[in-house]
Amino acid sequence: MRPFAYVRAADAAEALRLGGEAGAQYLAGGTTLIDLAKLDVMRPETVVDLGGLAARHGAIAADGSGLTLGAMARMAEVAEHPAVLRDYPVIAQSLQLAASQQIRNMATLAGNLLQRTRCPYFRDVSWSQCNKRVPGSGCAAIGGVNRRLAVLGVSEACIASYPGDFAQALVALDTVVELTGAEGSRTLPLEQLHRLPGTTPHIETELKPGELITALRVPAARWTRRSLYLKVRDRASYEFAAASAAVALDIHEGAVREARIALGGVATKPWRAREAEALLAGKPLDEAAATAAADAAFAGAVTHGDNAHKPELGRRTLVRALLQAAAMEA
Amino acid sequence: MALEVNGLLHRLAVDPRTTLLDALREHLDLTGTKKGCDQGQCGACTVHIDGRRELACLTLTVAAQGKAVTTIEGLAGADGSLHPMQQAFVDHDALQCGYCTPGQIMSAVACVAEGHAGSDDEIREYMSGNLCRCAAYPNIVAAVRAARTKMEGA
Repeated sequence: MRPFAYVRAADAAEALRLGGEAGAQYLAGGTTLIDLAKLDVMRPETVVDLGGLAARHGAIAADGSGLTLGAMARMAEVAEHPAVLRDYPVIAQSLQLAASQQIRNMATLAGNLLQRTRCPYFRDVSWSQCNKRVPGSGCAAIGGVNRRLAVLGVSEACIASYPGDFAQALVALDTVVELTGAEGSRTLPLEQLHRLPGTTPHIETELKPGELITALRVPAARWTRRSLYLKVRDRASYEFAAASAAVALDIHEGAVREARIALGGVATKPWRAREAEALLAGKPLDEAAATAAADAAFAGAVTHGDNAHKPELGRRTLVRALLQAAAMEA
Repeated sequence: MALEVNGLLHRLAVDPRTTLLDALREHLDLTGTKKGCDQGQCGACTVHIDGRRELACLTLTVAAQGKAVTTIEGLAGADGSLHPMQQAFVDHDALQCGYCTPGQIMSAVACVAEGHAGSDDEIREYMSGNLCRCAAYPNIVAAVRAARTKMEGA
């Protein structure tokens, strides 16, 4: 690791003042920052520890209007919260199936949303080409080893996959992110927080310099109880998704009234599959309907050799998730 | 800075980059906590921070100020009697080379305390953050199961 200064923020106002400086990086759970600083991928000059904000911004609250999750709540706490387990199973499952219990005890919700890609060319500085790490240097993954990389939302500059699980559950449920920054507070649909790589894959989110996520707001809806997260992986536990699907269904009198779908392991950002949702609405959910929806979700897939299997894996994952959710008692 | 480890407050001067793992091993001579991958992937450095199992290799020592750290050295009784989980690992031969064992035991103690040792499948799922290159997994599961009974009876 390169040398850095360490400061501990007492509250959000102090964090914003310290975190807005050039070269500053926020430290929450540390599971991304410390890892990538050791690898010399992230090079903070000042580390601003947000640990002091946990008491004020770490609460979990549920009422009739929805679920509010403090940005500093830990993954493990939220995964076991009774209201989350009962009314938002897709959220609980996306957390339970992510990382290991040690990491879930450390990692905060906002830090989880902002985790960086595991693209091997991004994480290994001995590769000179990575547009995400060194803008304009090229992409070694296109034409390289890319079995785990994205097929949706890719560009000629970057095919790195978004690695998380939790963000997919939240994107499916129309979550809104509460932000605070030097210019005041604002909200943003989570779906708009992460950017497509385009020609600037090094700019991953719409966050302004120093801006902090303070809370996540999940609106109550008829589809949250009939929801699940299906994650397909190379090994049974403690593994990133090869493909995953977050689905939530409102089924009324045998037909889908509304569907919510987000896909993981296959896309450059938490991926909302709106075409698939539209196809399901108004019809009974059988295998033919699920397959048609999955075909629509992957219609725009672009593969690069090693990851040619991903669209079919993603389709099958989504079909299975939809049929499982339809069979739930909710 | 001051760091509380196993109930004792230590004063030490560390570079901000120093991980808790390196502080324990290199500054406090508590070498029971092992450095495996040093990247958060193997669980060999698992310790308890304020009662929760976490990874010392991804924790900055300065960020652990004001928290209570427990390592494998802090698990046995004052009279040297082994913790039920330590005894269960001995009884069930839950290791071969032993390098991952301190992390496995710290993780397993927390696994039982969290209520995540209800079945063999649950033990395997909630112990998945601790890798064993010798593949002593069947005996580790047996040890956790046996220790759970003792810990819950205590």
